[in-house]
Amino acid sequence: MRVELRGITKRFGSFTANDSISLTVEPGQIHCLLGENGAGKSTLMNVLFGLLHPEEGEILLEGQPVRFENSGDAVRHGIGMVHQHFMLVPVFTVAENVVLGFEPTKSLNRLDHERARDEIRQLSERYGLDVDPDAVVESQPVGIQQRVEILKALSHDARLLILDEPTAVLTPQEIDALIEIMRALAAAGTSILFISHKLKEVRAVADVITVIRQGRVIDSVSPETSEADLAALMVGRSVSLTVAKEPVTVGGASLELRDVVVRDDRGLVAVDHVSLSVHTGEIVALAGVQGNGQTELAEAIAGMRRVESGHILLGGVDITNKTPREILDAGLGHVPEDRHRDGLVLSMSVADNLVLNTPRRAPFARRGTRQLRAVAENARELVARFDVRTTGIDASAGSLSGGNQQKVIVARELSRPLVAFMASQPTRGLDVGSIEYVHQQIVAERNNGRGVLIISSELDEVIALGDRIAVMYAGRITGIVDSSTSREDIGLLMAGASHVH
Amino acid sequence: MSTDVTSPVSTRPSWWRRLYSQSPTLLAGLAIALGFVVGAIVIIVTSPPVLRSWRHIFSSGGAIFSALKITADTVGAAYRAMFTGSVINPSLLWHSLSTGHGWSATLTPLSETLTYATPLLIASIGVGIAFQTGIFNIGANGQAIMGGIGGAAVGSMIHVPMIFHLPLTLIAGILGGVIVGLVPGLLKAYTGAHEVIVTLMFNYVVAAFLIFAVLSTPLQQPGQSNDISRTIDGSAQLPPLFGVSSGLRVSYGIFVAVAVVVFAWWFLERSSLGFEFRVTGQNPQAARASGINAKFVIIAVFCVSGGLAGLAGTVQMQSTTHMVDGGFLIGNAGIGFTAITVALLGRNKPVGIMWGALLFAALGVGGRAMQAATGIPLDLATIIQSFVVLLVATPVMITEIFRLRNVETQRVQLATQGWGS
Repeated sequence: MRVELRGITKRFGSFTANDSISLTVEPGQIHCLLGENGAGKSTLMNVLFGLLHPEEGEILLEGQPVRFENSGDAVRHGIGMVHQHFMLVPVFTVAENVVLGFEPTKSLNRLDHERARDEIRQLSERYGLDVDPDAVVESQPVGIQQRVEILKALSHDARLLILDEPTAVLTPQEIDALIEIMRALAAAGTSILFISHKLKEVRAVADVITVIRQGRVIDSVSPETSEADLAALMVGRSVSLTVAKEPVTVGGASLELRDVVVRDDRGLVAVDHVSLSVHTGEIVALAGVQGNGQTELAEAIAGMRRVESGHILLGGVDITNKTPREILDAGLGHVPEDRHRDGLVLSMSVADNLVLNTPRRAPFARRGTRQLRAVAENARELVARFDVRTTGIDASAGSLSGGNQQKVIVARELSRPLVAFMASQPTRGLDVGSIEYVHQQIVAERNNGRGVLIISSELDEVIALGDRIAVMYAGRITGIVDSSTSREDIGLLMAGASHVH
Repeated sequence: MSTDVTSPVSTRPSWWRRLYSQSPTLLAGLAIALGFVVGAIVIIVTSPPVLRSWRHIFSSGGAIFSALKITADTVGAAYRAMFTGSVINPSLLWHSLSTGHGWSATLTPLSETLTYATPLLIASIGVGIAFQTGIFNIGANGQAIMGGIGGAAVGSMIHVPMIFHLPLTLIAGILGGVIVGLVPGLLKAYTGAHEVIVTLMFNYVVAAFLIFAVLSTPLQQPGQSNDISRTIDGSAQLPPLFGVSSGLRVSYGIFVAVAVVVFAWWFLERSSLGFEFRVTGQNPQAARASGINAKFVIIAVFCVSGGLAGLAGTVQMQSTTHMVDGGFLIGNAGIGFTAITVALLGRNKPVGIMWGALLFAALGVGGRAMQAATGIPLDLATIIQSFVVLLVATPVMITEIFRLRNVETQRVQLATQGWGS
């Protein structure tokens, strides 16, 4: 289907989220909308899907102007949308989820499971999307759940499919599978509008890339454009995608793990006799596919999970099974994996979040009374130094974009005197500009002579940052390699190969 | 974020639009107004003269006006009695101002309202601090009763000069509340027992203990077989603010209440422990990751919250009853339960709670005056109270009814978030 947006303008109060945006998606085209978080991509898609009403501009389908009152209108006109956060009922089966809202029924309004199942089978055959109609959604991996969402959109005869950041939650293998699906759908004539800020996959899959910045279309380019050029268009200045690291003399052990065993929530061994030492002035990147014990290991180091046996030393001091408070005071900086759950109090101000783990420390408190002037001063200084984009230090942390929330955490952790610095998935969900910034800060910390442990499932990040790369698989360290090791070899270790030639 | 040059209107909302937005104060004000509207409807549909007058509106042309007049008179008389009985009677005030006499009668309603508001305010602050930490202390009433028992014991059994006796009695009350609050605190911290269940059940335990205490020799009034305690010494009493001869009951307890409000404001907004409490209440996981000791916070919250409830109980005892009996803070007098709704009404903020406690005390005192003057049952005050709390707890009802703009949704979050977690 040919979709044309003409001069779409959407304002929220005085803020213009979309400023006269025009773009055209040809039938069977994969059109990528590239832009940083907050550039206005999602707003534009919500306008196209009838969830928001634009102040100006019009939408044309096959040359005919249309007006959507709500998303139901959009669906009836053949537009399907897969949201970043899935809208599925976890305890229902795949078939039940797909037919939800348009259920085939037998007499007395009973759900016709047989027909629902058949419909799903036909759909998955037609589009080559392999799913088990009887599987319960919550038991399925994220990649399959997304496939169910796509099927659901297609079941309403969608001829334009909007995918909002579809790869954010997927593993590399699942991303490959998704790209295959997108190509097949496009070949069958479905138009695809695809939102992303990840340059690699955008170049891999798109036919046309439209770059949006601050609510405006900056340019439409071909996928042959280099990553560096795309990043520059997106951010508005040239960005370095590799991290500059000068050599630093490596010193003694700053964070040391000796034979550490940790169990997960179900009581199974998640970290199986792991030994690793991080020296001062080096970055050790712990790579591995999500779910191989890295999360548990990080929690154990931070004092949030019991160490079953073995020892953890911070600057030579045993911190095994100490409380988080004692470990923080001993000098561990920690950027947690789940920043909304563990890193921030979203309802509190940026200033309060910047002293979240040092509220009793001078100068932020004196004799049990908080010194708000010192807290504010600290916040102003850190917001300026770490370039946190916020309307003010009193704005709630929840009002910040993901990248700026992460900057708040990094700023907080790096502003304390540290022995070692540990960051879990430090750039997950961040845009290019923020990633570059966070990486620079991590390297600066290493250059200052701290030991740095980075836990990441992004191979690019691991290779860019790590002086040494430790790979974790099924709770064990399967190899510690140099940063010059090839991606393929690290990939093999991540897949469980015991040694690399 | 830059100013929108194409738009001719100022981007900053006018004062009226800002006022007419979803500010918590406006929401509470509208909730109270609606509460009185509902109260008026209840008066109308339950008042025989009003209903009779409406039955005859078709019989003659003027009947509708007389029906309207009777309705307005009845509702007006009820609310007038409520106001003059709880705040001030303008004609008495005029009399006092012009003659310089009768101040006692003029100020009695206000004095009564403040007398009721004092312990209620202290207990509500205790509940509010717990709410802010994500803890539901439903046991404030039991803690207050134990505070009354502790105060009565120290107030009646030791005999020292007032300068020691008064503070010792207050401290005994606080300790009584702390002891009762500590049990659910320890249970939650070390076993994960849900505080709602434990604190709720402890109300019954303490109510039973109260009967036991006032019937057992050390505390029972000598020579009595009733469930009544010894009377505390004069040196342990919170004396009336204007002297016994004034006839006004309002006591020095209001200074205790004001001190509690100031303390609570400092504690929640300025102290580092209070900051840790709030962090724990807003996001327990982040609190843990930030090195805040959850067990300590839970136990500390129950000590603060229970201590304040206990203080409320002993202030009530020291300023009005001067002893406890088997019915102390039982049933309708259960300020610990009212405190939960007052904390909700005040959005767990000390100053908000202060206004809430004053409103609830005025409704209670005024309701009694209304019952005496017009025969409309006191329960009308309870209906208004309940409706106000219902509306405050569901701000969406108010915003829908009055079509308020959503300027800062953030500030209008449900005060009871985290229930059952």
